[in-house]
Amino acid sequence: MKYLGGNNVAIDADRGSFQVARRTFTSEAILRAERAEIFDKCWIYLGHESEVAAPGAFVSRSVAGRDLIFNRDAKGAVHAFLDACPHRGAKLCQERQGAAKNFQCIYHGWVFGADGKFRRQPHHAAYPPDFEAGGAVDLVPVPRLDSYRGLWFVCFDAHARSLHDYLGGAREYIDCMADQSDEMEIISGSQEYTIRANWKLLCENSFDGYHANNLHATYFDFVRNVTPSAVKSGPPPKLEGVGRDLGNGHAVVEYSAPWGRPAGKWSPAWGEQVRPEMEGIYAKLQARLGEQRARRVAHLSRNLVIFPNLVIVDAAGLVLRTMYPEEPGSMHVSSWAVAPKGESEWLRKIRLRNFLEFLGPGGLATPDDIEALERCQQGYRNVKEAPWSDISKGGIATTELPMEDEGQIRAFWMQWGACIDRHPGPAEPPPASTRR
Amino acid sequence: MTDDVIHREVEDFLFMEAELLDAWKLEEWFALFTPDGRYLVPAGDLPEDSSPEASLFYIADDAVLLHERVKRLYKRNAHAEWPHSKTRHFVSNVRIVPAAVKGEIEVRCAFLTHRHRAGVNDTFVGSTRYRLVRDHGGLRIREKRCKLDHDNLHEQGRISILL
Repeated sequence: MKYLGGNNVAIDADRGSFQVARRTFTSEAILRAERAEIFDKCWIYLGHESEVAAPGAFVSRSVAGRDLIFNRDAKGAVHAFLDACPHRGAKLCQERQGAAKNFQCIYHGWVFGADGKFRRQPHHAAYPPDFEAGGAVDLVPVPRLDSYRGLWFVCFDAHARSLHDYLGGAREYIDCMADQSDEMEIISGSQEYTIRANWKLLCENSFDGYHANNLHATYFDFVRNVTPSAVKSGPPPKLEGVGRDLGNGHAVVEYSAPWGRPAGKWSPAWGEQVRPEMEGIYAKLQARLGEQRARRVAHLSRNLVIFPNLVIVDAAGLVLRTMYPEEPGSMHVSSWAVAPKGESEWLRKIRLRNFLEFLGPGGLATPDDIEALERCQQGYRNVKEAPWSDISKGGIATTELPMEDEGQIRAFWMQWGACIDRHPGPAEPPPASTRR
Repeated sequence: MTDDVIHREVEDFLFMEAELLDAWKLEEWFALFTPDGRYLVPAGDLPEDSSPEASLFYIADDAVLLHERVKRLYKRNAHAEWPHSKTRHFVSNVRIVPAAVKGEIEVRCAFLTHRHRAGVNDTFVGSTRYRLVRDHGGLRIREKRCKLDHDNLHEQGRISILL
């Protein structure tokens, strides 16, 4: 038996058993370790470049427990500042988004440029002449800020490796999203909701290929009800694909699915009249990417988890999602729809409809995921006598297994374990199983 | 018919709608909609008049999707709502306003909906804009747009009930 993550991930190679201690979902001490070793050290998704496209554009966003200002200054440079006045600490930004040349603190009136530089303060003469020298009273930038294919990330560890290296094997899957058009954008409107469950349960759920047919039976009923009868002939549609460990805790399921993809896969359910436009979109992809890659980008669906908490669902629509722990048993989720800039009105409409049919707090499937995760959390009230969860489907390998196995979920937990094992201090002993 | 009578009729209609929802008589509720009816709940950070074709909503059902939503909610394996929540829909501040579309009756009102399930209470507050039409003497809903006052669903978590 091998243990990882402070004796919380138990791997028994002989038996092919992979288990996770349920206290990882309930313990305050483990959440503190996660904040220190994961959210303070990994690269964390901040936002999309289209959200700060114009000079002066800003977004106020909570990221890894901090309040950040994500913005573009007049010269076009992108910034991320900790949203606290250098004077006494008041939060500067109350609006969620907008355009601003300056940020002024409501308390004493200090003013900062969109580049974060201190501009002015009332009663300036009462301060020493070199008061603002060396940027001493500028807005504090995040320690690290970088982007890949339009996705901006921050890191609160100044010594972390580059974003490029951190993303590693996941870059190629981000490319599959970014390559769908010359320019992608976030569609206006964001879904922000709470799940009364531990944040890691949604990481698992976001690419759990095992649960759909059971938990989402009513969603598949709906799909059958609305599918034109001509399309229904033939074998029942199913998801078929593979789970891959991409290194550094990133993992993906890539699969073929019965739905159409606005990226370039026409669906009979959309009608013949839109077929030529879809074929045109595919032809453009083919010209840009070549036949083999165009086919993969357009036809295959992907659910990608960038460790620790960015999910990219590239399926019937294109979705970015983050989740942050509020407390061990509660998380905040944010969700955005992404699309090619300038796509046609009907395709945008189909894309949004695809999103809402399944996803989100008012969708026909996500509320059942929420219910399932909350039931897990309720079940963890029994953690003392029922201390282990099982993630052994398909063995203990983490990659190149069918998507309905749990290899990709094990990849997440292996990295989680490696992070938590760096945390100083003695680990609790593994919980005793009452079964063996 | 005087404005006074119309107002009374509209209010009665909205109260009856609320009663159907609280009694989980959802097929009867769905029957209040016209065949081109829509049920819309914009995301928390969107302006009230946003288009569901151009912006991401929480819910943007046409009649087909709404009927599927209703059918789903009757099923035991619609897990988010089985067992059913207890709900109480309050409708208030009802005003008939000039209709943007000829032949329609446009109504604005405030709503307060309580949801109770498994020891958890959720509250949804906002304003509803109804586009009503007259059909065989009675009223029917062409569009029900519920704009929540909440910036986000951090309190409620989900909208698995009908608002």
